[in-house]
Amino acid sequence: MTDSLHLWLIPIVPFAGFLVNGLVGRKLPRALVSAIALIATLIPFLQVANIWFHFSSISKPYVENLGSWIVGGAFHADFALQLDQLTMIMLLIITGVGFLIHVYSTGYMAHEDGYWRFFAYLNLFMFFMLTLVLAENFLLMFVGWEGVGLASYLLIGFYFLRDSAAQAGKKAFVVNRIGDFGFLLAMFLMISHFGSLSYHDVFAVVAQHPEWQGGFITVIALFLILGATGKSAQIPLYIWLPDAMEGPTPVSALIHAATMVTAGIYMVARTHAIFDRSPFALSTLAIIGAATAFFAATIGIVQTDIKRVLAYSTVSQLGYMVMALGVAAYSSALFHVLTHAFFKALLFLAAGSVIHAVSGEQDMRVMGGLWKKIPITFVTMTVGVVAISGIPPFAGFFSKDEILYQAFISPNGGKILWFVGLVTAFLTSFYMFRLWYMTFFGENRTPEAKHDDHSHGHSHGIHESPLVMTVPLMILAVLSAIGGFLGVPEGMWGHNEIGHFLGPILDPASRVVGEGPELALAGLSVLVGLAGWAMAHYFYYMKPELPAKLAQQFSAVHRLLENKYWIDEIYEGLIVTPLLLVSRYVLKGLIDTGIIDGAGMAAGGTAQGLGALVQRVQSGNIRSYAGWLAFGAAVLLVVTYFGFTAHFSVR
Amino acid sequence: MNTVPQIFRILPEVILTVTGVLIMLIEPVMPKSASRKSMGWLSVLGTLAALGASLWQYQLPVGTAYFGTIQTDAFSVFFHVLICSIVLVSLLAAISSAPREMDTLGEYFGLVVFGAVGMLFMTSAVELLVVFIGLEISSISTYILAAFRRKSAKGPEAGIKYLLLGSFATAFFLYGIAMLFGATGTTVISQIADRLGSSHLPLLAVAGLGMILIGIGFKVSAAPFQVWTPDVYEGSPSPVVGLMSTAPKAAAFAVLLRILYGALPTLHEYWVPLLWWLSALSMTVGNLGALRQRNVKRLLAYSSIAHAGYLLAAFTALSADGIAAASFYAVTYAAMNVGIFAVVSYAGGYDDRLTLIEDYRGLAYRAPVMGGAMAFFLMSLIGIPFTGGFFGKFYVFSAALHSGFLWLGIIGLLNSGIGAFYYLRLIAALYSKPSEAAPLNQIPRPSFALLLGVFLTVAATLILGIVPGRVLAMAKAGAATFYSVSASK
Repeated sequence: MTDSLHLWLIPIVPFAGFLVNGLVGRKLPRALVSAIALIATLIPFLQVANIWFHFSSISKPYVENLGSWIVGGAFHADFALQLDQLTMIMLLIITGVGFLIHVYSTGYMAHEDGYWRFFAYLNLFMFFMLTLVLAENFLLMFVGWEGVGLASYLLIGFYFLRDSAAQAGKKAFVVNRIGDFGFLLAMFLMISHFGSLSYHDVFAVVAQHPEWQGGFITVIALFLILGATGKSAQIPLYIWLPDAMEGPTPVSALIHAATMVTAGIYMVARTHAIFDRSPFALSTLAIIGAATAFFAATIGIVQTDIKRVLAYSTVSQLGYMVMALGVAAYSSALFHVLTHAFFKALLFLAAGSVIHAVSGEQDMRVMGGLWKKIPITFVTMTVGVVAISGIPPFAGFFSKDEILYQAFISPNGGKILWFVGLVTAFLTSFYMFRLWYMTFFGENRTPEAKHDDHSHGHSHGIHESPLVMTVPLMILAVLSAIGGFLGVPEGMWGHNEIGHFLGPILDPASRVVGEGPELALAGLSVLVGLAGWAMAHYFYYMKPELPAKLAQQFSAVHRLLENKYWIDEIYEGLIVTPLLLVSRYVLKGLIDTGIIDGAGMAAGGTAQGLGALVQRVQSGNIRSYAGWLAFGAAVLLVVTYFGFTAHFSVR
Repeated sequence: MNTVPQIFRILPEVILTVTGVLIMLIEPVMPKSASRKSMGWLSVLGTLAALGASLWQYQLPVGTAYFGTIQTDAFSVFFHVLICSIVLVSLLAAISSAPREMDTLGEYFGLVVFGAVGMLFMTSAVELLVVFIGLEISSISTYILAAFRRKSAKGPEAGIKYLLLGSFATAFFLYGIAMLFGATGTTVISQIADRLGSSHLPLLAVAGLGMILIGIGFKVSAAPFQVWTPDVYEGSPSPVVGLMSTAPKAAAFAVLLRILYGALPTLHEYWVPLLWWLSALSMTVGNLGALRQRNVKRLLAYSSIAHAGYLLAAFTALSADGIAAASFYAVTYAAMNVGIFAVVSYAGGYDDRLTLIEDYRGLAYRAPVMGGAMAFFLMSLIGIPFTGGFFGKFYVFSAALHSGFLWLGIIGLLNSGIGAFYYLRLIAALYSKPSEAAPLNQIPRPSFALLLGVFLTVAATLILGIVPGRVLAMAKAGAATFYSVSASK
């Protein structure tokens, strides 16, 4: 047995940081604000690292019950935290990458207004994210789930004076609410079928009833999927993530690449006992994942904003993870969560460093030739690009290849999934190297390059970022380079440590696994990755005028991609506009006629007011209201009288 | 049972009546120039005493008084405590926002207190005519209060609209009582349940049920009986809206619970689908109506329609859990709504300096505490965890789903997604840069009474969101004593 691990300290410390910075940060000097924020994330990291070092001596799952929360009636829930292998991996990612991003932010945000506010929100996010992964029941997990959404809303809308940022924050929040509602419905169904929300109880009940296959289990799983598609930006709810790039770049790295968006993956992995009973739900996941991976990658090809390329790439990579979940390869999905956290955080932070260097410009068409001016950023970003493109021995290669292999050997239509994944790998490599060439090679197309002899008001020329920003880049680059060795599969003379680590809790007892030519498949995907590079090299290095010509030639396709398949517009037209029309014309025009302009009469005294009043009564306003009332009453009475209940079930 | 003096069973009502009478007696003999705010503090004292008396009633054994017309049980006391608390905060908001020189202020406080007496009677009465008298006492005071902005043309219009349409609805309610009496020969709630089985005219009872639903539907502004709500809210003084959007509604919901589960449980085949539709319709109409509103009070009016819909969803559950969820929701809704109207009456003042959403731009900078509190209440209205609004919705839809109403849950949660949209618009306005010519500069410093009221509601909303257990246990106790009375499945 072990002593208490005091897990509760892990989320509470960032929360304290949030309180201090949020309440009095405005009055504190910047150095103190950053010190508080950094310490509030460093302590949890150290604690997690400490737990990691004697992890093998802890009996798992380790549960820490902090007291009961809701008692009585049908179910109860506790403030309870849990630690097992899955939580451990997530904790390491969140606190480790989170701390690096906090360090980076002190440099990146140094000249921004609302410095204290930024760090307060960042710590708040850490609190909710850690709660999400540490929770021992679905209710507490949901608190974290909704909380990270709130923190994300606050951070996306950080530049709230900019209208587009405020809109993007709202969009993210509302779209996420739709996902959350799926999660809530799943919870309600769990309460009524399992009588509890505690992981232990729920999974125990499921294990006791092997006869439960499909049926209501599928319904619960589908609602969970809806929740996951909201948080992890999958079809049909992915639309908020690209817009979320309105937030400061470290936020994109932390929330919209490394941590929050993987919450959906975590949730499905956590509830895999339920998914294992529903082949239909698993297939749905696999299809959603593969489709999103491919679809987002095609959009990524034509984006010109450096952060948006990365955003679509994140959506696409999350698609890989969801696909892995869909073929029940849960530990492969988690492996990709881990490596993706490294290289995508790296890419975002490096992109931030580029943006920083060119004074806030995000359009790659006006970058170019930067590699000599910002060498550290260049080298580290290269590692990230190579890693995501699946070129060995960098991290992305092993995790992505593991997913492709698992898809290939999965019995139901796995070959199709594998093929879609392979094509996506090609596209990924292409658009990432496209980004690399456009940013770092070719002519320098920045305004500074054009007017070298002019002096600009506030730009200081292109410059490398300070050490607080480049050191995190270097650390992440090292991790992106070697992180893959954690999971080298047996088929490649490795030991697949991460698979064995997660195996006890994630691998279903009875999984149908086929055999496949692992090495050959890996070779194929390396070739595909190199082909993508070669093509990008040809288009964006050797013949940089070619893409424009091609775009003209295939203008229909290009427009389709450039406008992101018009999905935003379609959603707007099908959902938002009708709602607003109903709101405006049916409710406002027909029923709610409002107060007749009373402004002119306000001046009159009581006597005059009384006269106006009578006029008003006769104006028909009240009569129409009474008419509606009577109409409603009549309908209700008719319905009651004929007792339509006997024929009509609303359940 | 008879060892408890009968007067103890109506102690809070008696205390409040005495308070109201005292105000009416003292106010005319006060010097003309003296501020009537002291009357406000007197009514606060009376309400505090009534609140204490209500809490004290918890230890009384369950029993009836006055020929079986009044009953104190965990259910009625629960609502007594709730209503007294709401009245308390509304009084604080009124004290701080009413203009000093207003000469009718004494009446104002008197009416609030008398209205509260009616609401308390509604929740403790177990005989339909006493319920009706309680309803009338509370309604008539609210009609007058709604028209209290006499200098503005909107005020009397609001009052007259509320009066005419309200009387219309009350007539339905009364007619429903008459029909139930015709069907069963009694107006005592428990006896109705007993005699319904052997009634020769069951259809008459069904018609009575429909009539009563219409009357109560109007009072709680459930769609399709909601038409009056936005206009009346817009025209009435904000502290009054804070009161009338919560306390009379809580009382009306309590009455509806008592009648449906106490008197007509055997007719649930009829009323469950009806409530299903009322609930779904109210949520949808409320949220869609609010989407396009620019006026903050109208927006909140539509929001209150939507919340009535959420609450009605719990009625369909046909279980003690459903009753508890409905009671709990009434508490959370009251906390956040009274709170937000306290802020509105502070920022907007008695006569609505601020009306449109744009007018609220930058409030959080001008008055950080009040703006922050308003944003907090809005987050609770959205239903974010760690606020009361989250658990309110959680219990309600959990109860509905537990009884198999999956679609109602889906409609409800989709609606709460739409709701986030317009609440966020208001939050965003609070924290955006104020325009140059903002009337915001006229906003005074928050007074002690206001700070106290807002503090109480923020604390209540937080407590309900973090440790809801105690209130939920009280709600469950109310539901349980009640369910054993009705003894139905």
